[in-house]
Amino acid sequence: MLKDVPREEVTRLIGLFEAAGAVRVGADVLQPADTLLDLYGEEIRARAYVTHDPLRGELMLRPDFTVPVVQAHMAQGQEPARYCYAGTVFRMQEADTGRPSEFEQVGFELFDRGDRARADAEVFSLMSQCLEGRGLRAAIGDIGLLSAAVAGLSTSEKRRAALMRHLWRPRRFRALLDRFGGRSAVPASRAALLARMESEAAEKVLSGAGVAIGKRRADEVLARMATLQADAAEPPIPEAELGLLDDLLGVRASPTDALEHLRDLAVDMPALTPALDNFAARLDALADAGIDLATLAFEGSFGRTLLEYYDGFVFGFFAPERPDLPAVASGGRYDALCRVLGQGREIPAVGAVIRPALLAEIGEAG
Amino acid sequence: MLKLGVPSKGRLMDKTFDWFGARGVGLKRTGSEREYAGAVEGVEGCELHLLSAGEIPAALADGRIHLGVTGTDLVREKIAGWEQRIEELEPLGFGQANLVIAVPAFWADVDTLDDLDAAAAAFRASHGHRLRIATKYHRLIREFLRQNGVADYALVDSQGATEGTVKNETAEAIADITSSGETLRANHLKILADGLVHRSQATLFRSRKAEWSAEDRATLATLKGVLGI
Repeated sequence: MLKDVPREEVTRLIGLFEAAGAVRVGADVLQPADTLLDLYGEEIRARAYVTHDPLRGELMLRPDFTVPVVQAHMAQGQEPARYCYAGTVFRMQEADTGRPSEFEQVGFELFDRGDRARADAEVFSLMSQCLEGRGLRAAIGDIGLLSAAVAGLSTSEKRRAALMRHLWRPRRFRALLDRFGGRSAVPASRAALLARMESEAAEKVLSGAGVAIGKRRADEVLARMATLQADAAEPPIPEAELGLLDDLLGVRASPTDALEHLRDLAVDMPALTPALDNFAARLDALADAGIDLATLAFEGSFGRTLLEYYDGFVFGFFAPERPDLPAVASGGRYDALCRVLGQGREIPAVGAVIRPALLAEIGEAG
Repeated sequence: MLKLGVPSKGRLMDKTFDWFGARGVGLKRTGSEREYAGAVEGVEGCELHLLSAGEIPAALADGRIHLGVTGTDLVREKIAGWEQRIEELEPLGFGQANLVIAVPAFWADVDTLDDLDAAAAAFRASHGHRLRIATKYHRLIREFLRQNGVADYALVDSQGATEGTVKNETAEAIADITSSGETLRANHLKILADGLVHRSQATLFRSRKAEWSAEDRATLATLKGVLGI
């Protein structure tokens, strides 16, 4: 069956993006799998189609345009730069949810080293303009607040790094937080190991455990044993700080109310203040761009389970009458992802995609 | 005609024949040893299909057979959303095996998935590639590790002699089926305390996707009655 591409929507959106200064770019459908696997981990295999090429090895049908667009930008290198694209993306559906496994995406990406708040607002207001009159509701979040809160916890650098690493895996993040906060017990085997290490040299414990095999060497095991010992001596993260993090994750309010509430929290955790200043600057920039802040819903946890691993501003546009549909449009800032792709080079980037088929499905004004 | 799919060789076939036989349903090969044809005695309207154990899940999911005997591990690994297409009728009490995650026994610092995740992060930082786990159960393991928040690992395919991959340095850990754990121990590996992914056993399944005529339904009812399930 040939699917209907909502060509009129695609043409209209590309027109608006080009009018906003974007250069239209394309991307291969087949993308090297290793780049995507290194970025997203093995979990991407559950979301993307993997195929095999006799010469190029494992390839994936593009699950989105982010990676090829960033790579094209790094090769081109002029900044600021605006790109737009339209094309099919492929998402494997492991459960039978009735969601399509291939659909059209029209996107806009902005690479700009200047004022980040202004760049965030530019992308958001462009999307807002594209979606005007469709009765959509916008939700926003800020992963930068969350990482600032983690960075502000009074605990060891290693614990903060472990939490940061799992920022996008809410369940795991919660389990770590419970352990570091003393809310959950130390696993029995860990306690036993630590007890042994009090009376025996680590090398002796190790040699008693078995024959050293494999690429992970004995010195790596010893290094982590030392880490575990140091971690055991670490006091739990104070209850007040855990409460503050829970509070932040649970916020659902208008952005202005949220800001006020978070400013109160920052009294007890000053590390939040720079991130809140960024948040406030973004709200100002959004208001300057003509966005009515009262129409936005801020959610403290928004953007933590998206594929894209946004690390700053995040947003989505939803059809309130159609809770069964995914976001009609979504986007955010992904500086960290660019840093990985650019092998340490700093390339601030913010972008968004619209799914024209969903837009066509909900029709005018919901 | 109600089609019953049964493993075509080995212990799994013998034990399946025994299980049905002990309950008054005679399964047997017809023709030569090389021919994959069979007969069901004791229940009218039922025919035997001898298939490779690995093909039975897909045959059930597509509805090419009405009933089939295979391991619960294979059904879960091979069929996404298996419950919507296949129903478990009866565990048969043999072919028990556990799908587990195992690491070198000398990893004194690793006993839980939490440890494995932390070790994977450190391993990736020092070796420049993700910690490799050798397995043939890609879907089950990936889903299990996702649920438990383990990151920075890579699954590498291993269709046999998986326990040897760590020593050969083609993987750092493994995920495989074990019944006693003996082979793991012999290969200097240990099972993670919370590394039990799935407890498998040979099971009689019913396809929800097969065409079920009134006759087939009646035959199934008779068969269930004779088998006492």
